[in-house]
Amino acid sequence: MKYLMLVCTDGPVDAAEGELDPTAWVEETGRRGVRLFGERLRPAEDATTVRVRDGELLVSDGPFAETKEQMGGFDVIECADLDEAIEIASLHPMARFGMIEVRPFWTT
Amino acid sequence: MDDVKEAVATAYAEERVRIVATLIRLTGDWDLAEECTQDAFARALERWPRDGVPHRPGAWLTTTARHRALDRLRRSATESAKLREVALAARDEEPPGPGGAEHDDRLRLIFTCCHPALPMQARVALTLRTVTGLSTSEIAHAFLVSERTMGQRLVRAKNKIRHAAIPFRVPPDHLLAERTAGVMAVLYLLFNEGYAASTGSDLLRKDLTGEAIQLARMLAALVPHEPEAHGLLALMLLHDARRAARTDPDGDLVLLEDQDRSLWNGEQTAEGLAVLDRALRHRRPGPYQVQAAIAACHATAAAASATDWPQIALLYGELCRLAPGPVVELNRAVAVAMAEGPVAGLALLDRLTATGALVDYHLLPAIRADLLRRLGRWDEAAASYREALALAATDAERRFLTRRLAQVPSAG
Repeated sequence: MKYLMLVCTDGPVDAAEGELDPTAWVEETGRRGVRLFGERLRPAEDATTVRVRDGELLVSDGPFAETKEQMGGFDVIECADLDEAIEIASLHPMARFGMIEVRPFWTT
Repeated sequence: MDDVKEAVATAYAEERVRIVATLIRLTGDWDLAEECTQDAFARALERWPRDGVPHRPGAWLTTTARHRALDRLRRSATESAKLREVALAARDEEPPGPGGAEHDDRLRLIFTCCHPALPMQARVALTLRTVTGLSTSEIAHAFLVSERTMGQRLVRAKNKIRHAAIPFRVPPDHLLAERTAGVMAVLYLLFNEGYAASTGSDLLRKDLTGEAIQLARMLAALVPHEPEAHGLLALMLLHDARRAARTDPDGDLVLLEDQDRSLWNGEQTAEGLAVLDRALRHRRPGPYQVQAAIAACHATAAAASATDWPQIALLYGELCRLAPGPVVELNRAVAVAMAEGPVAGLALLDRLTATGALVDYHLLPAIRADLLRRLGRWDEAAASYREALALAATDAERRFLTRRLAQVPSAG
């Protein structure tokens, strides 16, 4: 099962830089062969939202959802089941300071 | 013929959950599992009168349900169904080997239904649906929501189990402790749904408490070092032991103090006390153990007048600390009133009323009325009974309160 991990915060994170460093997590999940791909993202202020309505292109500044929660990065993981995905997510340093949404890939 | 019907009914009560759970384990399809189990019982009603009741009804039903599932998967024959069919056929020959079958399928079922990734209400509803076989409309009624809403809730939960790959299993040891608390909460709700008899026929409700007790037994055996699991089992046994005395021939509730104690199930009480004793030896008290200890105080009193109220009041104090809540405070006020007198109880009730909790709960004015009556404050007592009457939800409660009101001298 493939899952998308959305790494989020609900405001500025009050933590030392070292505590947020995901390097150890990336190494561990790589060693286990669970993490397929992932990136850190620029903040929402650098986001652009694209829509097409009635054939007209609408481009606007910012994320599509105006919420306090901000997406900071994502990872694609491959796990046996949700329990393993939860465990992998719980090991990510941002699980302690923000939150991580675990979303299964669409399969037919 | 009646013997056969009885055999089917017995098999339904004793084997249905296990068969559904086994079919879920084998196919991973919750709806298919339920439907094929249902079909197997229908087939039994056809076949058993002609062929006789099989030697092992549970095995016959499981095999029939499994073959039915195979047929259905073969006919729908999509690729994923083909894969499951292979798995199902392969496991057919597999003896219950080491590792795979050490847990009862029912226990797997309940841990899966109670997975923390599902919303709480869905956990309870799904457990009720699969473990007890209650219909969607019966569960909807118990939860006071529409059948449509409950149907959607169940579909969403089953879909999430499939789409997010929630595993069908008893979790491994390192997850067991945190998952057990959620399972205990659902089992206790299940028990109370049967015990408080809010809907349905009596037989159905008895099944619910029986099923909850059986599952609590399995859970306690699974986590022998978790004293709360034993506390929960003890609590259920001690409460359920009073069942025969709790209603009168009209189906009205009989108060604990008025119950015929000779109707209590002494054997079950003894077992409950023994289980509680083992739990308390761990010296790690929790809400279930404390509630079981309160139930034990009642169970061991030879007469209502011999009840150890000071001890019960102490235990409620402990319960307020471990699991605070307005209903617990209300119960503590009753216990304190019994131990120290109505004035002390009223003081606690006043404090509780001032918090604004339980404004719509008829038991708050009903209890206040009882305490005022004991103090001879008739007019205030009558007013409180009327307030309680206006809030009472069932006919039985209203009949009870009307009787009490009539006992107040010159009420009015």
